Amino acid sequence: MQIFNIVIAGVGGQGVLMASKVLSESALASGMDVKQNEVHGMAQRGGSVISFVRIGDQVSSPVVMPGTADLLISFEPLEALRYSHYLKPGGRLVYNKVTINPSTVAAGLAIYPADVEQQIDAVCTEALGIDALSIAREAGNGKAVNMVMVGTVMKQLPITEEVITAVVKQLSQGKGREVNLKALAGGAAA
Amino acid sequence: MQRSLMSGNEAIARGAFEAGVRVASAYPGTPSTEILENAVNYPSIDASWSPNEKVALEVGIGASFGGARALVAMKHVGVNVAADPLFTLSYIGVRGGLVLVCADDPEMHSSQNEQDSRNYAKFAKVPMFEPSDSEEARAFTRLAFELSEEFDTPVMLRTNTRISHGKSIVNLQEPVSGLPEPSLVRDPAKMVMLPANARRRHPLVEERIRRLEEWAGEQPFNRVEEGTGEVGVICSGIAYQYARQLLPEAHILKLGMVYPLPKQLIRDFAGRCKTLYVIEELDPFIEEQIRAMGIEVKGKEIIPLCGELTPGRLETALKGDEQAAPFIHPEELPGRPPNMCAGCSHRGVFYTLKKLGAFVTGDIGCYTLGFLPPLSAMDTCVCMGAGISNATGLTKVLPPEEKQKVVGVMGDSTFLHTGINSLIDMVYNGGCGTVMILDNRITAMTGRQENPTSGQTLSGIESPPIDLQALCRVIGVEHVQIIDPYDLGQTTAVLKQEMARPELSVIIARRPCMLDRRKGPEPTPPLRVVEENCSSCKACLKLGCPAIEWQQDGAKPLARINSSQCSGCQLCLQLCKFEAIEVCDDE
Repeated sequence: MQIFNIVIAGVGGQGVLMASKVLSESALASGMDVKQNEVHGMAQRGGSVISFVRIGDQVSSPVVMPGTADLLISFEPLEALRYSHYLKPGGRLVYNKVTINPSTVAAGLAIYPADVEQQIDAVCTEALGIDALSIAREAGNGKAVNMVMVGTVMKQLPITEEVITAVVKQLSQGKGREVNLKALAGGAAA
Repeated sequence: MQRSLMSGNEAIARGAFEAGVRVASAYPGTPSTEILENAVNYPSIDASWSPNEKVALEVGIGASFGGARALVAMKHVGVNVAADPLFTLSYIGVRGGLVLVCADDPEMHSSQNEQDSRNYAKFAKVPMFEPSDSEEARAFTRLAFELSEEFDTPVMLRTNTRISHGKSIVNLQEPVSGLPEPSLVRDPAKMVMLPANARRRHPLVEERIRRLEEWAGEQPFNRVEEGTGEVGVICSGIAYQYARQLLPEAHILKLGMVYPLPKQLIRDFAGRCKTLYVIEELDPFIEEQIRAMGIEVKGKEIIPLCGELTPGRLETALKGDEQAAPFIHPEELPGRPPNMCAGCSHRGVFYTLKKLGAFVTGDIGCYTLGFLPPLSAMDTCVCMGAGISNATGLTKVLPPEEKQKVVGVMGDSTFLHTGINSLIDMVYNGGCGTVMILDNRITAMTGRQENPTSGQTLSGIESPPIDLQALCRVIGVEHVQIIDPYDLGQTTAVLKQEMARPELSVIIARRPCMLDRRKGPEPTPPLRVVEENCSSCKACLKLGCPAIEWQQDGAKPLARINSSQCSGCQLCLQLCKFEAIEVCDDE
């Protein structure tokens, strides 16, 4: 199969890396080759986070090139815009519409673009915005935004929903398992 | 055979386990930290954090002297600290295998420089492996221990951020068995590096590199992958993956060992290619050696010297005549820089330092973020420990009225890393600066690793937390005070008093890291803004707290506190002159 390129973006603390782990482990469980990569360090402290997942028969580079992503999943609108140049023509963008102010905006040093959703639509005609926070809260925990986002994109991946659900089940524990599975289903229905 | 998805760092720990490593030591540093955090999960490995990289390497050398296999890990700049034992260890060789893992950080995602550590292999005359994915990270680590013992040499393994943090599939193997039990063996001619012994060892080191070069020419980790065209590429590590993707037709000589180079293999390969590229990140390390062999190659005249070699930059380099431009974020979007956490104990200290007009000589840690606006309160940052010694140098030359502005700032971990030597120098040589130790009882920046102030080791064993106040006193500092950085009045008063004092003094600002689950403070209720009292003065915004947001969409602009982020540290409450911030006591 052709390599399927996924870019996951968000803000430090939103669970971008856990979502990447679910997708990568699901690819492994489906018998595909997979490489996942991200930069963490300074980015953990409320900074912008970007992670790559590449799935295929044989994957060499772990880094997605700008202009080649089949799918961009963003946990925050401004980050969707920031990394939209990774999308290939016709690539799909799924994003959480709930904004998080960068420290520069919170401190009154910069202005959050009021028309962020229109700007996203202008760069990607295939963009889908959802309120992942509300869905996560309905599932039982606002922190499950990452699982909602995975749920929303499940149908667009070269991996079956059954495998992804099984991996989420395996990677989560205790009460979090039920919440995560609900969030995943909630995202899939969005 | 079990297949597992692992980061390069997890795979290195796995390789160490498979190789029968007994001792692993390190000082945390991005992107190397997770090597030890994973090694400690294998019961057969004694894994520990050392106060600095030099100590970590010397602990490993001791284990090797005893006949055990030892893994030592650090980030690229850590090798600078460990360079002293490394270069002499090269002469000594090993008894139990010793592997030094060095994780480079091209692009400086979390570093102060992007030195290319491959130069250390040549400089110290030790072999160096460079894996290109997690499976190679595991396999090369394991192989490196065999090589270390067979050739009586320390072996380096170099990764970068992409390899260390990137995940790919690893084939787990059974660990080796039947390694000899550690014991004492005296071998002074080899283990005591006096001039007379070292003179006899040096020629053996040169001979060792010659034999390694011959050996490496026949190993499967240096391999030719046949292509179809007339273009050839020599590469290693992550650059191999990018070359593979962008030049699928090319013949590729993939090097698993970047020092010493397999010269005959390279000569034969070059002879078959019409155009030969050397594709490597950072320095022209392989390129210069190949050029020295009299072989013409294309390299750094097209491939960028600075920053990460991303596939995008490589594509630009191969296609265009111009150097690939570094990626620049779209400027019109507001940036999202990292920030000190809400409730961080460093915030009040930097707020006060700025207010008092201090010239802050800093070093490496979360508190380096005090450089960013609105705090903007760090004036120098060189390396760990430099905060104090830079202050000493400054106060030696400045006129009296400026001398008093200088405050050297560092964390508990970097104070114990090398800062303590700087403080000894300041005391010994009559320095008169003000020194602040931001004591949050943990190595926070790299993800809260234990250190000697924590009261616990990497493996969770209790250990006596070092008494920093007593330590400063015993060095000879007369004025040592402990303050609570959540108390802005006390912080300001003590800093004012000590900056005015014409003698050396140390202020220890003590508060456990907000994020430390074991020792973090008891949860305190969040705060909220009393809207009718807010005068829109923006005083609270000067803290740069991520929980405080400036709202401009209402009748008047005002501050709002995000209760899900606020930790209740009450710094903003102390700053507000209009009683517009109160504790949410209804929760």
